[in-house]
Amino acid sequence: MNDTTIKSGGLRGKIKKAGWGILAIAFLGGILFWGGFNTVLEMTNREEFCISCHEMKDNVYQEYRNTIHYTNRTGVRATCPDCHVPKDWTHKIIRKIQASNEVYHKLLGSIDTPEKFNAKRLELAEHEWARMKKTDSRECRNCHNYASFDYSAQGRRSNTMHQKGFAEGKTCIDCHKGIAHSLPAVEQNIGAAKNGAPPEIFHPSTVEPNAPKTAVAPAESY
Amino acid sequence: MKPTARIFRNLLLTPLFAGLLAAAPLMLHAAPGEGVAKLHSLRGTDVQAPDPETDMFRPERDRGPIERNFVQQPPIIPHTVQNYTITKNFNKCMDCHSWSRYKETGATKISLTHFKDRSGTDHANISTRRYFCLQCHVPQSDAKPLVENTFKPASALQ
Repeated sequence: MNDTTIKSGGLRGKIKKAGWGILAIAFLGGILFWGGFNTVLEMTNREEFCISCHEMKDNVYQEYRNTIHYTNRTGVRATCPDCHVPKDWTHKIIRKIQASNEVYHKLLGSIDTPEKFNAKRLELAEHEWARMKKTDSRECRNCHNYASFDYSAQGRRSNTMHQKGFAEGKTCIDCHKGIAHSLPAVEQNIGAAKNGAPPEIFHPSTVEPNAPKTAVAPAESY
Repeated sequence: MKPTARIFRNLLLTPLFAGLLAAAPLMLHAAPGEGVAKLHSLRGTDVQAPDPETDMFRPERDRGPIERNFVQQPPIIPHTVQNYTITKNFNKCMDCHSWSRYKETGATKISLTHFKDRSGTDHANISTRRYFCLQCHVPQSDAKPLVENTFKPASALQ
C-alpha cells in the first residue's frame, strides 16, 4: 500500500515533470516558429522585397517615384505594402494567400516586359480599384482619417469635393485613382476611342449596391 | 561765326570725332566699365554670369476664375496643378473640365472651340490638337514680375 502510493506519487511527479517540460518546449517552439513565420512574412512586406522583381521595379515603382507618396515636403512616405497589404492580421493573411497567384504569374512571366505590363494595366488597376472599393479604402484610411480632416486648411476644390463626396457615401478610391501609378487608358471623349476604362468604371456611380436604400417605398394608393 | 568758318571747323572736327570713335574700343579695353552702360540680365547680373538664386515660388492657393486681360486670352489656371499629369492614356485636366465632368466637379467647361480640328470642322469629341492644356493655359505662382508692366485692357473690356 505504502509502496504503491509512493510509486504513484513518483509517477505523477514524473508526468508532472515531463508535462512542464513538454509545455516549455512547445512554448519555446511556438515562439520560434511563430517568430520565424512572422519575420519571413514581414520580410515580404517591405519595399525592397517588392522591387526585387523587375516587374515592379521597372514599371509601377518608377511611376510611383514621381508622386507625393514617394517624395514630399516632410519626407513621410507610404511604401508599397502600406497601400497594397492590409495592416491587420486576418486581412493581411488573406491577401498574402491571394498573392500566391502573383507568384504563379511571376513564374509564367505574364507581365515581365513593359509591353506585357501595359497590355494588362487596365485589368490590374481594376483589381486594385475593386479591392479598395470593397474595403472602403481601408489602406488609405490607415493614414488619412477623414474624421480628422480640417476643411478650413484644405483648398477650395478639395474642401467642397470632399464634403460632397462623403455626403454621397463615396470612398477615397472612387475619385483618387492613379495617385501613385500611371493610369491605364481611360475613355475621355478626346479624339478617337482608345479602348480604355469606361466612365462607369472610372467614375462609378455613388450608390453602392449593398448600401441601404434611401428611396422611400411607393405610398399605397387610396 | 561765318558759314565758311563753320564748314572749316566741321571739316577739322569730323576726323577728330571719327578718330575718337575708332579709339573707343581700345579705351574701353584699357578702363572697362568707366562711363559706359553695363549690360546686365533682367535679374541684374552680368549677361555672361549665371543667374542669381531665385526665391522658391509657391503655386497660388485655389481661388475662383481669374478675369481675362484681353480678348481671346486663354483663361489662366486659378489652382495648383502639381502632380497633375497628361499622358497618352489619361488627361487629368479633362477629368474635371470636360463637358461630361464639369457639372459634377464644378469646374469651368472647356470652350466649344476645342472641338474643332485644324480645318475648322466640328467633332463630337475634343480635338487632339488641344490635348496639351498647359501649352496655352498656365497656373499662377507668387513670383514677382521681373519688369514693370503697365498693360491695361481696353476700357470697353474692363
